[in-house]
Amino acid sequence: MTTAQLNPSDMRQGAIRRRAFKTRGSTVLGFIFLAIMLFPIYWMVNASLQPSGNTLSADFFPWNPSFAGYEKAIADQGKNLLTSLIIAMGTVVVTLLIAAPAAYALAQFKFRWISWALLAILIAQMIPGVVIANALYAAYNNLGLLNSIPGLILADASHAIPFAILIMRASMMSIPASIIEAARVDGAGQLRAFISIALPIAKNALITAGLFAFLFAWSDFLFALTLTTTDEIRPVTLGIYQYLGTQVSNWSAVMATAVLSSLPAIVLLVVAQKYIAAGATGGAVK
Amino acid sequence: MTSLSTDAPVTRASKKIDTPTLRPRQSFWARENIAKIMFVVPAGLYMALFFGYPVIKNLVMSLQDYTTKTFFTGEAPWVGLQNYATVISSNLFAPALLNTALFTIISIVGQFAIGLALACFFNRNFPLSRFLRAMLLLPWLLPLIVASATWRSILDQDSGILNQFLGTFGIPAIPWLTSPDVALIAVILVNIWVGIPFNVTLLYGGLQDIPSELYEAGQLDGATGWKAFRHITWPNLRPVVSVVLILGVVYTIKVLDIILGLTNGGPANATQTIAVRSYQESFVNFEFGVGAAFSNILIVISLVFAVIYLRANRRAVDE
Repeated sequence: MTTAQLNPSDMRQGAIRRRAFKTRGSTVLGFIFLAIMLFPIYWMVNASLQPSGNTLSADFFPWNPSFAGYEKAIADQGKNLLTSLIIAMGTVVVTLLIAAPAAYALAQFKFRWISWALLAILIAQMIPGVVIANALYAAYNNLGLLNSIPGLILADASHAIPFAILIMRASMMSIPASIIEAARVDGAGQLRAFISIALPIAKNALITAGLFAFLFAWSDFLFALTLTTTDEIRPVTLGIYQYLGTQVSNWSAVMATAVLSSLPAIVLLVVAQKYIAAGATGGAVK
Repeated sequence: MTSLSTDAPVTRASKKIDTPTLRPRQSFWARENIAKIMFVVPAGLYMALFFGYPVIKNLVMSLQDYTTKTFFTGEAPWVGLQNYATVISSNLFAPALLNTALFTIISIVGQFAIGLALACFFNRNFPLSRFLRAMLLLPWLLPLIVASATWRSILDQDSGILNQFLGTFGIPAIPWLTSPDVALIAVILVNIWVGIPFNVTLLYGGLQDIPSELYEAGQLDGATGWKAFRHITWPNLRPVVSVVLILGVVYTIKVLDIILGLTNGGPANATQTIAVRSYQESFVNFEFGVGAAFSNILIVISLVFAVIYLRANRRAVDE
């Protein structure tokens, strides 16, 4: 306030010019940091387009791009990519069907044990995957769920359900009870009120939960590794792992598969940035 | 809302007073409560089967001689604490425990330091900072096995770009993933890279919650730059910091994908951790009892940090 009195226009002008210079510098610096952080991803794309399968001769830029790596990747891993896609979409459906009603109930009904349920969900998120895999292998073996898509979908949902419940509950907490009550007075049952009122209001959280369920299942490696024993059902993460064991001489095919497996994350980050950012902050803390 | 959630005993009590008229109402409340319960039944069942059952099954398995034979004969003889004795007396146990501690602590220190620096940087809110910050999430969203594959090509001793780059400064080629002396360092470096986005995101959120008036007031007292960070940023960020660090421990301690993809626990067991041991005992050696014992040790460590987390988080919410 006092400074404004001293020298109104001059000082402000100078400050603005200095700030503009500083912020432009920050943007340049920001691009440099990002370039360093994302260099491995650039290198993955670059290596996937190199003609010889060997990174030894890799240039910094694929001047003569070759798609031989992609041809081999699709020939070898095309089916695995499809398997991953089916499993990921199935996981989204299972996660939302199970988590959305629970999130609604935990947000809107006044059960006495809610804080215990929330505690259980938080702790469940911390249970190491190898513990679940250990027990599921034996159970799946008895139930005939090893090497099956439903088996992997159910297991992969464990990556997503606790997270999905928490993030959808957070958004359903903000639905005013009066809106739901009004619908109930008009004769809507609990299910109706949930489907036609709560779900549309919580649409954004639903999309975030669904996107992350997709990414979690798509990225799953542990259950793919432990709950399959044959080549029949093989998610692409496991395909890459087996490439790493046998094909390390043919880097362009390995990297091409890596690029193809990165596409969902890259596309979603560009197209659905808002939802991804919401999930990144919302899921972890509360 | 409150009238809807009236407890069952109260309705029953009111029913005693004037029975005939309230009969249909009573069944309405009963139906209402069943409808409410039905919302949580699927999730409850799922949580019991896919989280509760595995934890109990692991406890039971760790007390049994549970091997491939069990799948044919259906017999898993009780062996008491023998699996735990096997685990502790195994010559891989101490190195695995030490590696787990080193991997977790160094990963977290690295992720946190770089993450905090970047979060402070992005907190300046310059043009395009939102876009750059969102793009920074990419390493975290990729499948971990993709990160492993990419880094394996980068870290390759003869043809990897990192050694070529270091070579231009006259540094001889380092056998990142093939020498027991440096493999753990390499694995930690990759894990730090993967974890930075998560740290930036949470810490940035914490920084945004610090009211800017505090900085304005601090400026009048001459607190700028490092002083402002020490006296304003850090004390106000502490609740978020403890949550980030503890969650970091819980997530890092169970990392499996990166280690299996980069080194498979090798070379010469240099990157064995408790999680890797648990996986290998169960799914490579088919000693499910021993694997379960290892994973129970992992659970106990995670639980300790989970308790710390819950207390820290409650404090963060309270404050």
